Amino acid sequence: MGAGHAHALYIHGHSRVHLLAPEVKVAAAFSMVVAVAITPREAFWAFAVYGALVAAVAVMASVPPGFLAVRLTAILPFIAFAFLIPFVASGDRVEVLGLSVSGEGLWSAWNILVKAVLGATTSILLVATTEVPEILRGMGKLKVPSVFVSIAGFMVRYLELIAEELGRMRNAMRARGYEPRWLWQAGPYASAAGTLFVRSYERSERVHAAMLSRGYDGAMPDLSSKPARGTDWAVAAAMPVLALAAALVAIAGWL
Amino acid sequence: MPPALEVNRLSYSYPDGKRALDEVTLAVEAGERVAILGPNGAGKTTLAMHLNGLFRANTGSITIGGLHLDEKTLPEIRRRVGLVFQDANDQLFMPTVRDDVGFGPANLGLAGHDLDERVSEAMGAVGVSALAGRAPHHLSGGEKRKVAIATVLAMEPEILVLDEPSAGLDPANRRELIDLLEGIDITQIVVTHDLPLALDLCPRAVIMDGGRVVAEGATTELLADSRLLAGHRLEMPY
Amino acid sequence: MHAPDGFLNAGTAVATGAISLGTVGMALRQVKQTVKENQVPLAGIAAAFIFAAQMLNFPVAAGTTGHLLGGALAAILLGPSMGAVVVTVVVVIQSLVFADGGMTALGYNVLNMAIIPAFGGYALFLASKKLLPATSGGVVAAAGLAAWGSVLLSAMAFSIEWLFGATAPVSFAEVFGAMVGTHLLIGMGEGVISALALGTVLASRPDLVVGVKGLPRTEPSVGRRIPVRTFIIGGALTALLLAGVVSQFAADDPDGLEAVANETGIIESAGDHPLDSGVFADYATAGIRNESLSLAIAGVAGTLIVLAVGTGVFAAVRQRRDSTTTV
Repeated sequence: MGAGHAHALYIHGHSRVHLLAPEVKVAAAFSMVVAVAITPREAFWAFAVYGALVAAVAVMASVPPGFLAVRLTAILPFIAFAFLIPFVASGDRVEVLGLSVSGEGLWSAWNILVKAVLGATTSILLVATTEVPEILRGMGKLKVPSVFVSIAGFMVRYLELIAEELGRMRNAMRARGYEPRWLWQAGPYASAAGTLFVRSYERSERVHAAMLSRGYDGAMPDLSSKPARGTDWAVAAAMPVLALAAALVAIAGWL
Repeated sequence: MPPALEVNRLSYSYPDGKRALDEVTLAVEAGERVAILGPNGAGKTTLAMHLNGLFRANTGSITIGGLHLDEKTLPEIRRRVGLVFQDANDQLFMPTVRDDVGFGPANLGLAGHDLDERVSEAMGAVGVSALAGRAPHHLSGGEKRKVAIATVLAMEPEILVLDEPSAGLDPANRRELIDLLEGIDITQIVVTHDLPLALDLCPRAVIMDGGRVVAEGATTELLADSRLLAGHRLEMPY
Repeated sequence: MHAPDGFLNAGTAVATGAISLGTVGMALRQVKQTVKENQVPLAGIAAAFIFAAQMLNFPVAAGTTGHLLGGALAAILLGPSMGAVVVTVVVVIQSLVFADGGMTALGYNVLNMAIIPAFGGYALFLASKKLLPATSGGVVAAAGLAAWGSVLLSAMAFSIEWLFGATAPVSFAEVFGAMVGTHLLIGMGEGVISALALGTVLASRPDLVVGVKGLPRTEPSVGRRIPVRTFIIGGALTALLLAGVVSQFAADDPDGLEAVANETGIIESAGDHPLDSGVFADYATAGIRNESLSLAIAGVAGTLIVLAVGTGVFAAVRQRRDSTTTV
């Protein structure tokens, strides 16, 4: 599974969305996605509401639709699966465009499609308007254990460096004619991974030494910033509150 | 006034038995800038790692501004001795430059407004204030080096120990670094292969080889002695 | 698979979320309490390593490529708790920061891609080590088997989650058959790469590997070594055979499997409908020809997973107790 391109996900800007405190945005995005996930699939109107909310945020944050479309290709395999379902599923058949497909299958495909797209778009908007260190800070403010957040911080910090090292090893191998096509030829790749682990471990020891040199005693210091203003919470809450309200109405109607 | 640094008959062997430091003795006065020169494997970096207690010697002692280095004094020694590592990447491990520069002082107990002030001062001293919100992996080599120095200056040390500070820098960055170090009024110990930098920056130099101090004196004199240099796998580039 | 939001129903998302939260919380406490103080930078940098390794395209056959999951390898290199935490951080950050995987799907994504491969993989590693010689070659082979198995456990877990939370009319039998069948083969890649990577680490810094502490200092393996190609072809044939058995189950006509199950008394005769209880998703149970068989297989798979993960967790707890007393 591709891991995506880190820095390419953030779009620099000063919109109202960009300037919201990160914990507010993370909480709002998460609540929004929950609303989407629990909505019964028959409630088309609710999904239209979500779509409008998401589009509104995208406009406010000046995130171009093309950008969203490109990033959404990450969920392509699941969209493909969704499209396949009506053809392979069991259940009563219906006629669509001359093809006989499963009625239940169509409902399922719609359900998976709309939730995956809305969920992914919400995530992408969060990441497009919030720089990575801020997302981590937001997580910390939302009571994610600080050890977890610290580990995540180190991971994000050293990811590019380590990925580059791996890339350099691969180039060095290719420069010496290594172009494997079968699993039993993958030995050198595995060796590169093993070597990379050792180098990474040794780097972590040097980093630890640098931390000790600056007074680290086993607990990361508290470098948190000011808590979010009430207005930030109010502004950000608009989207998920509306969404959750829609979801609850939809569920009530469905019961 | 006690010397800024006193190393007395320091000896250290690696766990596998290899002798890395052999009765190293060195004294540095407050405000001095001393270069530590020598071939690869001479023990220069190993010595640097002893100065703030990352490595602990087998025999001998280290005294910083009159304070003897041992288990109990370690935190204070680490404040007094600011170590700038060879690879800036090892030293910049926080999500942003501001976080990195603040890491040290925060560990010393600073917080809130005091912390912010200290961070601003340190960043200003090396000229990286504009980089405050940047992530370290997006900085250039020269910028990383300067920020690394800031992270250490933020602890208001008495001695700056720099391990190969000019390694990997282009000539312009290198010049900026030398100017920066000349401008900071603080005792400096510079481990380096860059002999011209040593000549520029440090009036006094020490040559190490095989874990021992083999020569000591005015940098201009040592570097003029080509036989001495050649004997320890050193040579001036011009 | 970084499943998107809404892929499994809400109940499953919540249940797996609770399990993941609890297990990761326990593992995180373990990591914090470890004697060595370099855990935080080590875990972070190891997470970066796993993330980077997951991006590596390794060849499988004739131009197709695969990717590493890394859970079992992480557990063997770093210890089960640390390994679980490390891969969890990878999965969570991939979702939150790289928008890869739904935020509401984190419950089952973390469970399937981090917790089960790390703890389950570690348990399989311990078991395999007992069956293989205590040499570096044996350990490497054990790691390969464990990594392979960890992928299978992950696939089985997903299938069981589908049984409870299906959102599309594809039966449990079909999903199980497809997932386990394909992962029997895919897992080989994980196994080979993990084994060889571990071998490289052991050759230069065996002291770093938590999973081989206490291994007698061995010389580099001299003597007959199974050529990798033979191992892979042999493994592939075995996998194909097993996949065939599994697909029998998924097919509309699982006579062979039924006959075996009937004879050995695993299932009672057809006629009862044990899957009608409200717990299971309608979609996952509709269309199953033999419900008892399905339930039996789900039960066996579930038991295997719980056993493996439980063993891994137990080993992790015992490891910490040992390390605190010996220092």
